[in-house]
Amino acid sequence: MEYTLLILLLPFFSFLFLGICGKWLSHKTAGLVGTSVLGIVTILSYMTAYAYFTAPRGADGTFATLLPYNFEWLPMGNLHFDLGIMLDPISVMMLIVISTVSLMVHIYSFGYMHGERGFQRYYAFLSLFTMSMLGLVVATNIFQMYMFWELVGVSSYLLIGFYFTSPAAIAASKKAFIVTRFADMFFLIGILIYGYFVGTFNFVEAGADGQVVDTMGQICGFDADAAKFIPVALGLMFIGGAGKSAMFPLHIWLPDAMEGPTPVSALIHAATMVVAGVFLIARMMPLLQSFGTIGGHTVLGIVVWVGVFTAFYAAAVACAQSDIKRVLAFSTISQIAFMMVALGVCTELPTGHHHVGSLGYMASMFHLFTHAMFKALLFLGAGCIIHAVHSNEMSAMGGLRKYMPITHITFLIACLAIAGIPPFSGFFSKDEILTACFAYSPFVGWFMTAIAAMTAFYMFRLYYGIFWGTENEELHAHHTPHEAPLVMTLPLIFLAIVTCAAGFIPFGHFVSADGQAYDIHLDWGVAGTSIVIAVCSILLATFIYIRKRQPVADSMAEKFSGLHRWAYKRFYMDEVYQYVTHRIIFARISKPIAWFDRHIIDGFFDFLAWGANALGYNIRGLQSGAVQKYAFVFFLGILALTLLFLLA
Amino acid sequence: MIQIEYMLIISAVMMCAGIFGFITRRSTLAVLLSIELMLNSADLNFAVFNRMCNFGGNEGYLFSVFAIAIAAAESAVAIAIMINIYRMLKGIQVDKLEKMKG
Amino acid sequence: MENIQNVLYLSSFVFVPMVMLLGLWLARNINQVRGVMVAGSSVLLLLAVKLVFDFLGARAADPTSEMLFTGHIDWFDALHIKYAVGVDGISVAMLLLSAIIVFTGTFASWKLKPLTKEYFLWFTLLSMGVFGFFITVDMFAMFMFYEIALIPMYLLIGVWGSGKKEYAAMKLTLMLMGGSAFLMCGIFGIFYGAGGNTMNIIDIANHTNGAHAIDTGMQCIWFPMTFVGFGVLGALFPFHTWSPDGHASAPTAVSMLHAGVLMKLGGYGCFRIAMYLMPEAAQELGWIFLILTGISVVYGAFSACVQTDLKYINAYSSVSHCGLVLFAILMLTQTSCTGAILQMLSHGLMTALFFALIGMIYGRTHTRDIRELNGLMRIMPFLSVGYIIAGLANLGLPGFSGFIAEMTIFVGSFENADLFHRILTITACCSIVITAVYILRVVGKILYGTCTNEHHLQLTDATWDERVAVVCLIVSVAGLGLAPLWVSNMIRTGVAPVVEHILPTAQAVAGF
Repeated sequence: MEYTLLILLLPFFSFLFLGICGKWLSHKTAGLVGTSVLGIVTILSYMTAYAYFTAPRGADGTFATLLPYNFEWLPMGNLHFDLGIMLDPISVMMLIVISTVSLMVHIYSFGYMHGERGFQRYYAFLSLFTMSMLGLVVATNIFQMYMFWELVGVSSYLLIGFYFTSPAAIAASKKAFIVTRFADMFFLIGILIYGYFVGTFNFVEAGADGQVVDTMGQICGFDADAAKFIPVALGLMFIGGAGKSAMFPLHIWLPDAMEGPTPVSALIHAATMVVAGVFLIARMMPLLQSFGTIGGHTVLGIVVWVGVFTAFYAAAVACAQSDIKRVLAFSTISQIAFMMVALGVCTELPTGHHHVGSLGYMASMFHLFTHAMFKALLFLGAGCIIHAVHSNEMSAMGGLRKYMPITHITFLIACLAIAGIPPFSGFFSKDEILTACFAYSPFVGWFMTAIAAMTAFYMFRLYYGIFWGTENEELHAHHTPHEAPLVMTLPLIFLAIVTCAAGFIPFGHFVSADGQAYDIHLDWGVAGTSIVIAVCSILLATFIYIRKRQPVADSMAEKFSGLHRWAYKRFYMDEVYQYVTHRIIFARISKPIAWFDRHIIDGFFDFLAWGANALGYNIRGLQSGAVQKYAFVFFLGILALTLLFLLA
Repeated sequence: MIQIEYMLIISAVMMCAGIFGFITRRSTLAVLLSIELMLNSADLNFAVFNRMCNFGGNEGYLFSVFAIAIAAAESAVAIAIMINIYRMLKGIQVDKLEKMKG
Repeated sequence: MENIQNVLYLSSFVFVPMVMLLGLWLARNINQVRGVMVAGSSVLLLLAVKLVFDFLGARAADPTSEMLFTGHIDWFDALHIKYAVGVDGISVAMLLLSAIIVFTGTFASWKLKPLTKEYFLWFTLLSMGVFGFFITVDMFAMFMFYEIALIPMYLLIGVWGSGKKEYAAMKLTLMLMGGSAFLMCGIFGIFYGAGGNTMNIIDIANHTNGAHAIDTGMQCIWFPMTFVGFGVLGALFPFHTWSPDGHASAPTAVSMLHAGVLMKLGGYGCFRIAMYLMPEAAQELGWIFLILTGISVVYGAFSACVQTDLKYINAYSSVSHCGLVLFAILMLTQTSCTGAILQMLSHGLMTALFFALIGMIYGRTHTRDIRELNGLMRIMPFLSVGYIIAGLANLGLPGFSGFIAEMTIFVGSFENADLFHRILTITACCSIVITAVYILRVVGKILYGTCTNEHHLQLTDATWDERVAVVCLIVSVAGLGLAPLWVSNMIRTGVAPVVEHILPTAQAVAGF
C-alpha cells in the first residue's frame, strides 16, 4: 500500500505548483493540471479501497488496520507527534467519498468558474483542501488529525473568501475561520488532556514485528482511576467536532459560508469538511463507549441531544429561507445532526449479532457516504441554476424545468434521496439511523422521524420553488435561462447515478461497529412509517407550492408571521453572536485593555519620565549662578561639618 | 606675653568679617576686599603659628609672604576681570552676574 | 590550541561585522555600501549554516558536554573577566535566526535614504552585538554585547524612524537601559554570590573554577532583578510599553531586527542566566513571573484586536508571542523549554516577515492606518499574498513554524501536573483564537475589498530586492514548519542539560 503516500503528496505538489506558477499558466492548463492530479488521486483511492476490502478478513472477521507509513515528525517529551497513513474501513470509505466528490467538483468548476479571475488560485486552493482533508481522514493520531483539521479550516477560509472583493464574502470567511477556530481551541485543550492522561496521541502504533498495535483498544482497558479525565478530553474534542460540523450553537458560520463559489460549497461545506466532526466522533467511538461519563452525563448523551436539537433547529430554519444555498446549508446542518445523533445512540459495545446498541455507527457512516453524494449533487445542481439565473434568491427562479431538463431531473433525484424515498440511497441510510434511534429511545426515534418529514417538506418546497411555480418573466425576458454546459452536467449525471445506486451497496459489509460483516436488513415498521410520513410531507409541499400562486403558504406566513420572521432570521442567532463579539469582546474587553495599556501602564512609565524631568527642573533652581549664594551654602556646610565633628 | 588665643581670635574675626562681606556685599570690589581680608587672616595664622609654636623653621613666614605675593597678583587679575565685566554689563554689581544660572 | 581555534571560529561572527564596519566606513557610494552589506550578511548566513552542520557533527561525536566549541582568552584578569565562547543547540539556533534576519534586513532596507552609509554602520554594529551575545558564555562579555546591541537602536530610531520618533527612541532606550541597570545588579549579584571567582556561566552553574552555589536567600534577590532586566527586552508585562511605540517608529529593517532578534535576547538571557544560574529562586519565584507572562499572552492579543496602526498590531502581537516564550521557559519542562526556543525562532522569522511587509506597504502608501487602506490585493498581489502567509503563520497554521512552536509549548506546559500550571496553560491556549481575530481583521480590512483610494491605484508591486527578503523569510518559516524534527532535536540537546540542572530541586518546592 506504499502508493497511498501519493494520495497526499500529489495534491500538495499540485497546490504548490499552481500556487507559485499559476500566474504564468493559462486557465485551461491550470485547471487541467489540478483536475488530472485529482484524477490520479481518485484512481489511487479506488485502488486502495479495492485492495483493502478485497484482502482476506482476519480471524475475528474484521479487516486488518494497515499502517503503511508512520514516522516521528515532532518529539514532545514523552509524547511524540507522528505523521502517517492509517487505513481502516472508515478512512478508506472517506478516501472514496473525498476523492470522488472532489474530482466531480474539479470537473464541474471548469464550467462554473469559466473566465473567473483567479482561476489558477481557485484550483490551487482546491488541491490544498483535498490534500488536507485526505490527510485528516488517514491520520494515525489525534494530533495529525488536529493539524489537518486546521488546514481544512484555512482552505475553507481561503475558498469562502475567494471573491475577496465582496464584503459579504470577506465577513463570511472571517466568521467561518474564527468560529471554527474557537471550537478548535477546545479540541486542542482536549488533546492536551488526552495526551497527558493517555500517554500517547496515536490511534494505532507499529508493533515490533510489523504488526499494527491497536493503541486505542489498549486505552479502553485502562482502569477507572487513570481514565478519570478521558471523558473530559472527549467532551472537549466533541466541541471541536461540533464547531467543524456546525452543531448548534456553533453552526452560525455555515450558512454564511455559502458566499463562496458554489462548487466549493458542494465540496467543503456539504460533502466533506463539515462531516469531519462526525468522523472525529466515529474515530473516538471505542473510547466514548468505554468511558464517556462526565458527572453522570455521558458524552454520547450530549452528542445525541445536541444532535437532536440541531437537526430540529436547522430543519425549522430551512423551511423559511428564500436563498436556495441557505436552504441547502441548513439542510446540511440538519443532516449532519442526523449523523451525530446516530453516533450518539451507540451506547453499547457491539456484542452478539444484531449490533443493537451500536447500529448507529454503521448507519452514521452510511449516511455520511450517501449524504456526501446527494448533497454534492444538490449543490452542484444549485450551482447550475445560479449560473443560469445569476441569483441565489428563489424569487428569481420558478418554472425552470423546461429550460434545464438535466438539472431538473438530477435535482429531483437528490431531493427524493434526501427525503428518504426508496429506492434512492438516502432512504436506506436514514432508515438505519431511525432504527438505531428507536432502539435508543422511542422519543428520539419519533422526533427524528418528524424531522425527516420536515426535511422532505422543505426540500420539496425548494424543488417546487425552483422548477415549478411562477416564472420570473421579467428577469427571463432579457436573459433566457439555459442548460449548463456538458462539463457541468456530467458530474450531475454521475452523482445522480451514484445516488440511485448507493443504497444497494452492502455497506455493513465494509463498515460496522465491530468490523465484522453485517447485513443491512430493513425494519419495515420504521421504514414504512418514514416512507409514509415522507410521502405525506411531499404531498403537502406539492399542495402548497406547485401552483403559480401560493395562497396557502402566504396565508400561513401571514398567520404565523412572528414565527416565520424568527425562522427567516434564523432565530436571531447571528445577532446574538454579533452582540457577544462586538459589544462584549471588542467593546468590553479589548477596548478597555488597550486603554489600560495606553493610559495606565504606559502612563506610569511616562509619569516616571515626567517625574525625573520635573525633579531635575525643580532642583536646577539651586544652580542660581549667584556666586555669593554658593559661598553662603559652602560656608554653612563647613559650619555644619565642624559642629558635627565637635559635638560627636 | 600675648597669648596665642588673642591672635587667633583676631584672625577668626577677620575671617568671619571676610565671609560676611563676601556673602553680603553687592559690589564686586567689596567682595574682592572681603577675599583679601580672608587671605590676610590666613596669613596671620601662618605667622602666629610659626611664631608661637616654634617648629624650628621659617616656613610659616615664608608662606605668608608667598600668599601676600599671590594675593597681589590675584587682585590684579580680579580687577582686570572686573574692568571687563564693567565694560560688558555697565556695572560691577554681583547680582548682574547670572550667566552661570542653570 | 583547540581553545584558540574555537575562540577564533566563533568569534568570526563578531569579526565579520567588524570587517563590514570597516568596509562601510571606507565605502564611497551607495553601491559600495550595498555590496559590503550583501557580501557581509551572506558570509554571516553561510557561517551560521556551516556552524549548524559543524555543531550537529560535533554534538553527535560528543553528546555529553553542555557547550561545544568552548574556548576563552583572558581579558581583564583582575576582575576574572574572560572572553569565553561556546555554543549549544539553543545558541546555534539563535545565531542562524540572527543571520537570516540580518541578511533579509539588508534587502529590506535596500532603498533607504538618506544617510544610507551611516544607517548601515549602526545596523551592522547592532548585529555585531547580537551575534556576540549569542556566542559568549561569560556574563560580562554577554552584558557588554547586550549593551552594544541596544545603544544603536536609539540612533536608528531617532534618525531614520517615522512618526513620533524622538519620543519613541527615547522611551525605548530609557526603558531598556532601566532594564540593563537591574540586569547589571543581578549579574554582579550572581558573580559575588557564587564566590567572585568567575564570570563564566558554565562554571557558575556547575560550581567549578572556584564558583560555589549561590545562597537561596541571595538568589531570591538577584533572580527577580536579572529576570526583569532581561524581561524588559522580552516584553514582559508590564514592562512592554516600549515595544508598540518603538516598533511603530522604527525603520523597517530595525523593526525586523529588533522584534526578530533583539527581543529574543531577553528570552535567551532569562533562560541562560536567570533561570540556569539561580535554579532555586526560579522554582520559588517562578510563579509570580508565570502569572505576569500569562497576562502578557492574553493581554497582548486582546490589545492587538482594537489597534488601528499595522505596526501597533504587530507590536502587541509580539508582546503576546514573546510572552509565550517566557511563559514556556517558566513552565520548566524540557518540552516546554524546547517549545520556547522554537517559538523564539519562529516568532523571530514570522515577525520579521511581518515588519518587512508592513514596511514595504508603508513605503508605498505612506500610511499604516488600517482604516485608510483597502483592496491592496489587486494592486500589490505579491506583498498581499506575503502578508496573508505571514498572518496565517502567525496564527499558528500547520505547515508553518508557529504551529510546531505553540504545540510544543502547550504540550510541554501541560506536563506540569498541578492545577495552577494547567489553568495558565488553558488560558494561554485562548490566545490562539484571539490571534486569529486580529490577524483576519487586518487581512480582511486592508487586503480584501476594493481599493477606494485613487492614489493607491497607481502603486507598484514588490521590487526584486523586496522579493528576496520576503521569499527568504517565507521559505525559512515554511521550512521550519514542515521539517521541525532536526531543529527540535538540536534545541533539545541544548535545553536538556539546563532543565535538568534546574529541576533536581523541583520536588522541594513543587507543592505550590
